Amino acid sequence: MAAVTPLLSTRGLRRSFGGLKAVDHVDFDLPAGEIRAIIGPNGAGKTTFVSLICGRVLPSSGTVTFDGKDISGLQAHQRVRAGIAYTFQITSVFANLTAFDNVALSVQRRLLDGKDKSGALHDGVMDALQKVGLTGHANAVAGKLAYGHQRLLEVAMGLALKPRLLILDEPTQGLSDGEIANFIALVRDLSKETTILLIEHNMHVVMELAGRITVMEQGRILAEGTPEAIRADADVQRAYLGA
Amino acid sequence: MTGRAPSGRVFALHAAVILGLLILNFVLPEYHRGVFSRVLVLAAFAMGYNILFGYTGLLSLGHAMFFAAGLYGAGLPVYHLDWSVAPAFIAGIVSGAVLALAIGFLALRTTGVAFMIVTLMFAQVFYLITLFFTTYTRGEEGLVIRQDLRHLRMGDLDLALTDPSLRYLIALVLFSAVLIVTLFIVRSPFGRSLVAIRENEERMRMLGYNVFTNKLAAVVLSGAFCAASGAAYALLFGYVGSGFASIQYSILPLLWVLLGGAATTLGPLIGTLFMFYIVDFTSGFMPAYLLVVGAALILLILFFPKGILGSIRERWAPWLP
Repeated sequence: MAAVTPLLSTRGLRRSFGGLKAVDHVDFDLPAGEIRAIIGPNGAGKTTFVSLICGRVLPSSGTVTFDGKDISGLQAHQRVRAGIAYTFQITSVFANLTAFDNVALSVQRRLLDGKDKSGALHDGVMDALQKVGLTGHANAVAGKLAYGHQRLLEVAMGLALKPRLLILDEPTQGLSDGEIANFIALVRDLSKETTILLIEHNMHVVMELAGRITVMEQGRILAEGTPEAIRADADVQRAYLGA
Repeated sequence: MTGRAPSGRVFALHAAVILGLLILNFVLPEYHRGVFSRVLVLAAFAMGYNILFGYTGLLSLGHAMFFAAGLYGAGLPVYHLDWSVAPAFIAGIVSGAVLALAIGFLALRTTGVAFMIVTLMFAQVFYLITLFFTTYTRGEEGLVIRQDLRHLRMGDLDLALTDPSLRYLIALVLFSAVLIVTLFIVRSPFGRSLVAIRENEERMRMLGYNVFTNKLAAVVLSGAFCAASGAAYALLFGYVGSGFASIQYSILPLLWVLLGGAATTLGPLIGTLFMFYIVDFTSGFMPAYLLVVGAALILLILFFPKGILGSIRERWAPWLP
């Protein structure tokens, strides 16, 4: 692990809101190709932490390094173009546009950058929709889709950017068991092409998907390890799993 | 709303509107041809406003300054420096675009109500500047550009812009150009980005879009269109006054666009035309015509909250751009 430069790392990352240390001096490394889950009780600072990574929130101090480059000074949209995609915890699709047009905005951005000239707009959109299983809903207005489908659309918008790091913020929240099973298969499939950072409360999803788990509590990293190790960790059990 | 809208029908409609307006030049009585000339020029102003308000979702209360920048940018060089009309027209557009770039750069640091107030303040500053330099602008009284200066000369060709038919046709050319460019913009990836920014700015940022530069581009385009309208107004109608920089001319394009339908390509024309004729019609009957105008506007907003064309699009013709 030490020999390879991680895709993403943070050093001394901190963010306070008033007196609250939402993220407190976090050193974090994520090697390419991994599915990493971040778990922790509500208010542990998980969403703030990933928001610092993707630039939605600016750090009080500390650095974020992505693919060997310091991206701490980049704005959110620049980080997206550098290859970090974020899907929102609260579904944030363009409610008045069709599913196709939602994803088209992602593909259009990628095509404008000229990184990928091979795929035309239509192909890129249908490819992303097909991956999440929404092909049949391409022309449906996003705001009128079922909630689970809106979550999937959100994911499709993220993956249509062809990111190198895909951050999923509680993607299974509000999904049915059947949808969750499909979602697990989807993320496994995506992980062949991209590194995935997953905030998740559903322990079944975490245990199924994560290569390693990072546990946060009160803005700090409490533990990190394989699912088995985390399950056995006494601190984690006390803080989170409730033993 | 998207690139997958039926292109043929959209182009046919716009071509038909332009053709219809062309025919009107030869059939309208003299008085109404004059009204239409004015409406066409001011509809370009409204279309410029619509780019920012309708499509990008930014409500400016200061667009009089862009119209007036075009008006003065074209009018002052003709009046004081004897410029010919073609370079003056270009100077007007450039004035508006440069002003929009500077104002946009500052005002776009704010959003919502603050943006409205900041644009309003800048427009007031512009208005007061036109009064301050009364020596050159003659303030509210304004400048009347001599008829002999309002000639478009190209080689042996000498066209008097004061000729009613030519004036109408030039107004139509301006209107058509702005309409076609608007149609092109709203169907382009850039236009779709603007609409998406209006709908959900934060999501666009997280799709990798630079929201600020997209908005700034919208302000500059909007400012340039409004300035083109102002410049044409000065050259075609020969009057340049501070009144056009006043708050009234910031509210009017908002009203025209709301009436016709925000974020529709043809709404601004319909709104402008409607406003002109309801004022024209009612003022012929009674002195308190503004009361009737106000009541009509209230009724219209109650029953067509999305404007005339916006409501038509919503109910019957979702393909309208």
